[in-house]
Amino acid sequence: MSASTAIRRTRRVEPTSPTPARDGDTRPKKPRGGFWPTLTLLVGAAYSLFPVYWLVAASTKSAGELFTTSTLVPSFTGGFFENLTALLQYDDGAFLAWSGNSILFSVGGGLAATAVAAAAGYGLAKYDFRGKNLVFTFLLIGVLIPGVVLAIPQYLLLAKIGIAGTYWSVLLPFAISPFSIYLARIYAGAVVPGELLEAGRLDGASEWRLFRSIALPAMVPGLITIFLLQFVAIWNNFLLPFIMLSRDETFPLTVGFYSMMNQGSDQLNVYNLVIIGCLLAIVPLILLFLFLQRYWRLDLVSGSLKG
Amino acid sequence: MTLLRTQRLRPTVAPWLFLAPAIVLSAGLLFAPLVYTIVLSVQGRRVPVSGIGVATDVFVGLDNYVRTLTNPALLASFGRMLILALIAVPLTMGLALLFALLLDHLASRFTRFSRISIFIPYAVPGVIAALMWGFMYLPGVSPAGELMSLFGLPVPDPLDGGSVYFAVANVGIWGAIGFNMVILYTSLRGLPQEIYDSARLDGCSETQLALRIKLPLILPGLILTGLFTVIGALQIFSEPNMMMTLTNSITSDWVPMMLVYRDAFVTNDLYGASATAIVITVITMVASLGLLRLLRTRAFGGES
Repeated sequence: MSASTAIRRTRRVEPTSPTPARDGDTRPKKPRGGFWPTLTLLVGAAYSLFPVYWLVAASTKSAGELFTTSTLVPSFTGGFFENLTALLQYDDGAFLAWSGNSILFSVGGGLAATAVAAAAGYGLAKYDFRGKNLVFTFLLIGVLIPGVVLAIPQYLLLAKIGIAGTYWSVLLPFAISPFSIYLARIYAGAVVPGELLEAGRLDGASEWRLFRSIALPAMVPGLITIFLLQFVAIWNNFLLPFIMLSRDETFPLTVGFYSMMNQGSDQLNVYNLVIIGCLLAIVPLILLFLFLQRYWRLDLVSGSLKG
Repeated sequence: MTLLRTQRLRPTVAPWLFLAPAIVLSAGLLFAPLVYTIVLSVQGRRVPVSGIGVATDVFVGLDNYVRTLTNPALLASFGRMLILALIAVPLTMGLALLFALLLDHLASRFTRFSRISIFIPYAVPGVIAALMWGFMYLPGVSPAGELMSLFGLPVPDPLDGGSVYFAVANVGIWGAIGFNMVILYTSLRGLPQEIYDSARLDGCSETQLALRIKLPLILPGLILTGLFTVIGALQIFSEPNMMMTLTNSITSDWVPMMLVYRDAFVTNDLYGASATAIVITVITMVASLGLLRLLRTRAFGGES
């Protein structure tokens, strides 16, 4: 079998991606009886958006206004810029440093975890070897170990080799994600064309070359989803950096806000600063979500992807 | 040819090389820590009887476990975690499923807006969600309190008394509905739409369609999301830990994970903390595996 027939053959195997994003739009006429379902969904949307709206309104309050005026109606007395300036000046620009750290951890950890998962998922999906199931179980059990349970001995062990408190102490544990490996295995099994690998092998291509030029390109859409999931998981994580890091300038945003809150309200406007900080921390991520929507292949997670 | 092919098709070293990074990282960062915790959990620090000399780590058997399992603070924290889970898990899964089915309902409008809006809390870190809701619970700034005082009613403090469980559970529910909903909705969209048509022709109502046909078909997705929600509830830490800075109702041993953290890093009882950690791990594993098995037999009981 020549390589070109293999390509054509595998095209058919490749699942076409049904974008779940576009529902409703394609249906020309709505049947009746949509009042209660629509209302219920809108109530759900209101519940989900309300805290974000509250954050926007509260961020416009100056220190004196937060506890004295309604937090449902934004103020236009310049409180927003007052808070913004104060936040940026807080602790010599700590907020910007924390934002940078959050980005570093999420991008770096996300990329590392995706690369590790891609190789492992491909190895598990496309090779038969002795001990495969054992390895898979070994890699998956990690999902069931609670974060705190791991983070404490992780800290002790990393302290022994002298890297606790450094960026590595956060990046390394984030580089291994059992769930990502599980997803990568399912995805590799579904989209990497076995016939093409066979053909390539007959032509004398090395295993690494097969992975790089056949498997990886086919896996890209799934790997993007895995990266996004891991990116958000790291961005939202509090526990690991909270336990690993002790110096202020190494904190990500989540730990930074905690340290601000923990200093207590003896600093009068700390609530104002945290409120505007939270807003600045979540808005970019929400925007990122809206723009990256079509890259989310969540059928990967829901198991609709047939291997 | 055939012989050559089979030989070439079974590379023995390559799969291990692809798996090497994952195995090394798992061994070093997941298994070594777990084993280390087990080792610590059966040790204790003993000062020599004479009172002079260096304290050493000695094997103490199950002492730490006995201490942990008879510690009233730990039992109380488990009780609180259980209450939180009993509130949060059914509500999260129920609402996620309801919204997913409604998004898939033919007559629903504004589905795109609702789906995106409900998904947005997933982009908000748990500690930030805890802060946002925590501020909104504060009687001084609470929007609900504003309305109450407008009518001359007393301003409630959700973080005071029994409602603190609902207040904390709400933060978790708010953050988790969207992701679960999207997973379930994606499962629904992956179903063959033709089966609905025949069911409709047979006079099946939309509600019957949702409960009798769609629900059983997305059971695998429901099991997976349900399992993650349960694991998440058992491991709750960040949200109450953050809300502790806003209220006195949440103590530093409020849920088991907070107790483990406090013992390990604040009171420096690493051995006791390790034993507690192992107990929690075992409970999590038993609960998740048990749940998985229960749901599997329920779901696919007739098959095997």
